[in-house]
Amino acid sequence: MGQTISEKIISRHARKAVHAGDIVIVPVDGVMATDATGPFAIRAFREMGGEALWDPESVSLIIDHAAPAPNERTANLHRMMRDFHEEMGGHFYDVGAGICHQLMVENEHVRPGDIFIGADSHTPTYGAVNAFAAGVGSTDLAAVLLTGKIWLKVPETIKIELIGEMPRGIAAKDVILSLLGRLTLSGATYKAVEFTGPAVAPLTLASRMTLANMTAEMGAKTGLVDPQGLDLPYPFTPVRADDDAEYVQTMRLDVSDLRPQIAIPHSPDNVRPLDDALGQPVDQAFIGSCTNSRLEDLQMAARILRGKNVHPRVRLVIAPASRNVFEAALEDGTVQALTAAGASFITSGCGPCVGTHQGIPGDGEVIISSTNRNFQGRMGNPRASIYLGSPAVVAASALRGEIADPVALLEEEEGSWELL
Amino acid sequence: MGTALSSLRGVAHVYGDDVDTDRIIPGKYTKTLDVEDLAEHVLEDLDPEFSGRVQAGDILVAGENFGCGSSREQAPVAIKAAGVAVVVADYFARIFYRNAINVGLPVVEVGPHEIKSGHEVEVDLANGVVRDVTAGREYEATQMPQVMIEILEAGGLVSYLGEHGDYDSAAHSDNPRRSDGE
Ligand code: SF4
Repeated sequence: MGQTISEKIISRHARKAVHAGDIVIVPVDGVMATDATGPFAIRAFREMGGEALWDPESVSLIIDHAAPAPNERTANLHRMMRDFHEEMGGHFYDVGAGICHQLMVENEHVRPGDIFIGADSHTPTYGAVNAFAAGVGSTDLAAVLLTGKIWLKVPETIKIELIGEMPRGIAAKDVILSLLGRLTLSGATYKAVEFTGPAVAPLTLASRMTLANMTAEMGAKTGLVDPQGLDLPYPFTPVRADDDAEYVQTMRLDVSDLRPQIAIPHSPDNVRPLDDALGQPVDQAFIGSCTNSRLEDLQMAARILRGKNVHPRVRLVIAPASRNVFEAALEDGTVQALTAAGASFITSGCGPCVGTHQGIPGDGEVIISSTNRNFQGRMGNPRASIYLGSPAVVAASALRGEIADPVALLEEEEGSWELL
Repeated sequence: MGTALSSLRGVAHVYGDDVDTDRIIPGKYTKTLDVEDLAEHVLEDLDPEFSGRVQAGDILVAGENFGCGSSREQAPVAIKAAGVAVVVADYFARIFYRNAINVGLPVVEVGPHEIKSGHEVEVDLANGVVRDVTAGREYEATQMPQVMIEILEAGGLVSYLGEHGDYDSAAHSDNPRRSDGE
């Protein structure tokens, strides 16, 4: 019987052929925890009697969720993580290095064919590099730190076939929002999602990460992008699904017909064509998060805002995915163009995505954001409303002071298309 | 020491579908290791009165996809610290389900149900049965994987691994990526 990508990767680790529904205990290749989950994991690890990490080389701790520390309590949790690292070793990424998921991919802590366990729900992002990556909580993570193993139920897989050619101004974010609207928040619960088809091959690594990232919003255990066309700076053996692999569901999306998409309050699966929300005034615009704050995202925003000014009523806040991304954007003038347009750059990390600091909205305010969740209270105030869109939509809306269409905006300027 | 897997009986507090972890415990309250702090803010944005009303041994009941959203383990910890004995839902979000078992909070999936707030509910985890005593109805629950039952019986993953040191299973295998070098 043919196998899906998940089944192949898990089989290789379990050293026997497995299929959806099997329960296995498998060795993992890498783990990570953040300042949101690390302190709990450290405590659980100690309570389990842990004295040494099973393999320090495979462990990363990242301070990104509330970095730099907004208050004394958080500062002390950060200290606890630094102390633990001093004692136990492993990789450590302190304030400003970037968002955990970006760092794991950038620093090659996760590679094709790996099983990677992260104490964060967006761990499926690494399906972009052909790895089986699942999110867990702190106690599960502690158990991996101690044993190097995890128990898993081999997931069933939903296959998503992307066909056609992406129109200019349309991004991976529009694709994943459109799919999320159809599959809903629970559409892939306990399952894996595989993206395949001719429209996948031309996608950049950054765009693949955006796709895999938001399978978390579908409830998926993991999201995997067909490695066809995947470009990594090191040699690897791709893991592809067999032609006769069994899928629990198959969906197909022709991306050539796609218009910009937007998720309206208060749920990421409340997805509408952007046209339904045009003209909605906004108070704050945010480009950031593990979903959309990589170089291509900042460049897209700069294309829209270069030589112009952010609307006077709007605060545009940008948190680059990592220090590397920030440096690259400095080097090519993207940061300068955005800053001149009125954007505020903040520390690389989660920023206001999770509502702990740096851009908490006021009562009744409306936010347009390139992040992945718009649940009520997500950005720290339950009386604010969050809309989710691509970085292009966020930039266009910041410019106009209301939700605006980046495709129309760029069409107005003849010649801009050449730049896309 | 484990949870008594039969005989959980209490008053139901019923909520709807897609209760996400931001509503179970907002991110701004999670930067603490103190469980009492968490219990104080549990379900705050959904029902500000819940933390004052809930009694030890009560049962939280929800619809579909309970606990969706982030991986924060503070969500089941907050619910447990508030005194909730067991959570019953149509079904749970994946990470929440694992986390709940790992911290020793029993969770049971019953599919669509008509349990109402204030009803007396009895949960028999071992046999996979949920009884709405007030309405006189019985629901069949889905079967938990064996490894989860063992973890729950131990009172959570910390005590399970504390006692056993490793997973008790014949399913162990070596890491293929590292097996050459070791
Ligand atoms: S950027 Fe947002 S969604 Fe991504 S890991 Fe950080 S808090 Fe989570």
